[in-house]
Amino acid sequence: MPGLSFIAPTTIDEAVRALASAPGLAKCLAGGTDLLVQLRSGRSRPELIVDTKRIPDLIGIRDAGDHFVIGAATPGASISACAPLCRAWPGITEAVDLIGSQQIQGRASLGGNLCNASPAADSVPAVIAARATCVVAGPEGTREVPVEAIVTGPGQTSLKKGEFLVEFHVPKPAPHQSDAYLRFIPRTEMDIAVVGCAVNVTLGERGVCRDARVVLGAVAPTPILVPEAAEALVGHWLDEETLARLDAAARRASKPITDKRGTIEYRIKVAGVLARRTAAIAFKRAGEC
Amino acid sequence: MTFIGKDLKVVGTRPIRPDGVDKVTGRANFGADMTMPGMIWGKIKRSPHAHARIKRIYTEKALSLPGVKAVVTAADFPDIAAEEAFAGEAIMDFRDLSRNCMARGKVLYDGHAVAAVAATSPAIAEAALDLIEIEYEVLPFVIDVEAAMAEDAPLLHDTLFTQGVEPKPSRPSNIAKRINFTKGDVEAGFREADHIIERRYTGKPVHQGYIEPHACVAAVAADGQCMIWSSSQGHFMVRQYCAHLLGIDISNIRAMPAEIGGGFGGKTLVYLEPVALALARKSGRPVKIVMTREEVFRASGPAAGSVVEVKLGAKKDGRLTAGEVVLKYQAGAFPGSPVGPGCMCAFAMYDLPNASVTGYDVVCNRPKVAAYRAPGAPNASWGVESCLDELAIELGIDPLSLREKNAARDGTKAVHGPTWQNIGYAETLAAVRAHPHWTAPLGPGQGRGIASGFWFNIGGESSAAVHIAEDGTAAVATGNPDIGGSRASIAMMVAEVLGIPVERVRAIVADTASIGYTFLTGGSRVTFATGMAATEAAERVVEELKKRAAMMWEISPEAVEWRDGMAYPAGPNAGAFEPLSLGEIAFRSARTGGPISAELSINAQGAGPGFGTHICDVEVDRETGAVKILRYTAIQDVGRAIHPAYVEGQLQGGVTQGIGWALNEEYIYDGEGRLDNPGFLDYRIPVASDLPMIDTVLVEVPNPRHPFGARGVGEVPIVPPTAAVANAIYRAAGVRLRDLPMSPPHVLAALDKSDG
Amino acid sequence: MKKYHVSTTINGEPVEFLCEPQQTLLDVLRDTLNLTGSKEGCASGDCGACTVIVDGRMVCSCLMLGVEAEGRTVTTVEGIATGDTLHPVQQKFLEHAALQCGFCTPGFIVAAKALLDENPNPTEEEARYWLAGNLCRCTGYDKIIRAVLDAASEMRREAAE
Repeated sequence: MPGLSFIAPTTIDEAVRALASAPGLAKCLAGGTDLLVQLRSGRSRPELIVDTKRIPDLIGIRDAGDHFVIGAATPGASISACAPLCRAWPGITEAVDLIGSQQIQGRASLGGNLCNASPAADSVPAVIAARATCVVAGPEGTREVPVEAIVTGPGQTSLKKGEFLVEFHVPKPAPHQSDAYLRFIPRTEMDIAVVGCAVNVTLGERGVCRDARVVLGAVAPTPILVPEAAEALVGHWLDEETLARLDAAARRASKPITDKRGTIEYRIKVAGVLARRTAAIAFKRAGEC
Repeated sequence: MTFIGKDLKVVGTRPIRPDGVDKVTGRANFGADMTMPGMIWGKIKRSPHAHARIKRIYTEKALSLPGVKAVVTAADFPDIAAEEAFAGEAIMDFRDLSRNCMARGKVLYDGHAVAAVAATSPAIAEAALDLIEIEYEVLPFVIDVEAAMAEDAPLLHDTLFTQGVEPKPSRPSNIAKRINFTKGDVEAGFREADHIIERRYTGKPVHQGYIEPHACVAAVAADGQCMIWSSSQGHFMVRQYCAHLLGIDISNIRAMPAEIGGGFGGKTLVYLEPVALALARKSGRPVKIVMTREEVFRASGPAAGSVVEVKLGAKKDGRLTAGEVVLKYQAGAFPGSPVGPGCMCAFAMYDLPNASVTGYDVVCNRPKVAAYRAPGAPNASWGVESCLDELAIELGIDPLSLREKNAARDGTKAVHGPTWQNIGYAETLAAVRAHPHWTAPLGPGQGRGIASGFWFNIGGESSAAVHIAEDGTAAVATGNPDIGGSRASIAMMVAEVLGIPVERVRAIVADTASIGYTFLTGGSRVTFATGMAATEAAERVVEELKKRAAMMWEISPEAVEWRDGMAYPAGPNAGAFEPLSLGEIAFRSARTGGPISAELSINAQGAGPGFGTHICDVEVDRETGAVKILRYTAIQDVGRAIHPAYVEGQLQGGVTQGIGWALNEEYIYDGEGRLDNPGFLDYRIPVASDLPMIDTVLVEVPNPRHPFGARGVGEVPIVPPTAAVANAIYRAAGVRLRDLPMSPPHVLAALDKSDG
Repeated sequence: MKKYHVSTTINGEPVEFLCEPQQTLLDVLRDTLNLTGSKEGCASGDCGACTVIVDGRMVCSCLMLGVEAEGRTVTTVEGIATGDTLHPVQQKFLEHAALQCGFCTPGFIVAAKALLDENPNPTEEEARYWLAGNLCRCTGYDKIIRAVLDAASEMRREAAE
């Protein structure tokens, strides 16, 4: 990699300037668990690497009243260790915890998982399901956008040159609102999701679902919000009939590919299975909080 | 002398291995850990095509990059003639080996080496690879074994004519060889049967998956003397192959054994060493080459993929009357799949009056297969052990009884020829019946399967030297890289013979200039053959010690007895002397004839065959096809466990590799014939959370040909698991899987089919 | 190529080195600092043989740039024992024969130490999941898990005394 340079700015402005003024490809380095693999294989050949972990805003989790703020480069291990966040959104923290090994958890971040833009990213469906937003810094200042607006395709994001992710804003749950995330992998650990599913529900009177968000991963070019699946839940208890409708909606929404990790038929079928199983956990949790 | 049946003090205990502390503190030096003054870095340019003619290689731009010291291609290696090399459990031809290390004329698989560079840093070497331009004429390729056997398949070698068929073929073919073993009258045997079953089982290539990538450092001095430091299963093999491939006298190569980070058969040949030597010779600098994980998957190993057709005939009571097996094995780019051993193993466990086994060795555009733990046997047994289970179900007999009824015993003549003696297969079946696992209750969605496995084990050429130090401690040097604790077992056998604590024996692996020729670490031969050499060398030392004591006492050596590390007068007639310790004799050795040591080179015969039977419980998730291993017990006749903990470890490790083979491991190719999963992310070997504890039962039927009764133990345990898992899945979920791997999509598809 | 100057702490010692920006911490440890105990099995974070502890968290040193070590505190396998005294995890690996080839062992030792620092009383399942990022092809994990659980109970016993 001739001509590669590295900087580790300590302010957002400094990072924006560096990213915006780089003549060639500039890459943000958060946890590096995807970027370093791409560097090594030659799939990514940047001229500049900007390490964002020394910018204080990008590291740590804080309580901002009606929402949590999670720094975009905060390692997964910190997120899993944040008790208030685990209580509020067990689905998000479990999803983060599923990214790679314990070693990967020491580095991998929400921001990196999102901006790597893999359709199979584990943390993204749960964060979208929670209606989280993210703050993007760039040459024209900062903007706040829904998380689902970032990924546009495999490896593709809506971030413009000079822009990078600063933090996530995750609203706090309403009463009787909770979430869950499940993924299917061939082994018990260390695999990329063949299918992922996040369900976020709010229960009303007598346990009837008042509001729901269902997000599927690895069954389309990006994680997908499935309104039809949410509609199958809203206004209902989680009985056999509701589960069957949810299963069918999840399958219909799935437009996967066949690759070394799974076939089209397999992914579609498992999307329905996971939707049912994830919903069962989310309903149980919502009923108990 | 035999120690079988004697009361032993060291053998059978569990001491800490001599190389242990270095390995838990990071001090042990593996292949990539060596550095030399002036050393530079080599990297290899590999083919992106499955099959192509090399029209021209342009190296000028790479050579002009500052820091690049040498570039080599096939032109830098002699074009050697075909000559078969003895490679233990694999067949190897030097011409093919040379062309596998560096393609000549054609590339035959994705990842085939085409050129190599050496530069002053890894980054420069990497950049130089991009500057080597190669003009290819891309050719049609063939990946699948049966497609490669077809009349109109693209041909890999126009000089390859099928051996073993009459008349000799006039047209070249991808079928390198056909072999057949027949016993009795097969047709009559099937006529006699009340029930006949015929099935087909397939498997994909799987990789040995050692965690240490291939690595070496080579240096060539101005006078032509070469040094190679590398991680291999045999540094004498490295020396011999490099000498042959590069036209160097063997005496001019000294091969040093690095610690080896796993091999399982995959490091019984060379990939990098000749290339590093060629680069070192050209650049005048020591050259280090380390494979990336991607290179390991694309260009080394794997084990053969296969198609296995099985036909069995039996009486109503389960007694087998006839068997027929056809094995089609992928050899990869060059001939030499382990179909021969596969044919011999197919029915080795059974007393079968009439049988025929036919094997085909087939080349295709994949990396050349290498030995992998009991090479050839898992493929054959995947078919036969699954089919036996299907037969048991159709006959309404439990699968253990079916095996008991047909088990080979002492005196049984095996289909491939030998008459079994001192074997312990029936004993493993008896141990299954007696084991609580066999009758433990199962929950809904759970099932239990059993399967058996066999491996020959080998002996062969081994050297060992035992040296007594001035203080009465000992060193034992052998020529086998220690791949899984063999220094511990060798030291234990020597300590037992000398009658001293094992902590007083230092075991080392000596380089090719420091010990007699020793065949490589493979075939489960080290504790057997090299252990035998070390034991006999230690016995010679004991004879010498008795002689020295006799000299000191001025009596005849026959009047001296050796017990517990001391010389005693053999009886009252020998005289009244205070016993002499090993230390006292050693201390005075200068006055009794000089240093005490013995070196012995042998060609060990009489390796005891190994048999094992496994019990596996699984649970199947009917909605996702996921299979969970709930409980696993491996039972094996080990002859005599020298260090039981490392014997158990061999069983546990072999089982786990077999479970990986069963459930998730496979080579996946894309439409262009390129390997699509060359990494540990998508080549899915078992992780710790996938498994339960692996229980083991060590059955000990001593091998009378070994001083302590040992048999090789490392290979048998990979043979039964694929069928044990499939048989368990059938009983858990009611579906029969006949294609490996039994990954979730395959299992779910089978479940969907059975649900209609 | 431009080299960067890095000041860091490795195994309790202040260390300075020069590295190229694309070099990983593992490259620097092995090729620049001669700390070859950390192994490269995959260079993609899948095998765990290069596991080190950085500022109290275990990471794959193949997935961290050398330049990122500036100002950090790094512990490698060479820093796990105290002088001649092995860490209980190291001792139990020896007693349980929890290694065959020993290539994955440094990564397991570091990861197991990190586990027991965080959770002194792990269940078998917790130990298996924590160590799922460390691949071993020789042992089938059985003796490794036993060694780690035994080390945990020994450390609890020592702490109680």
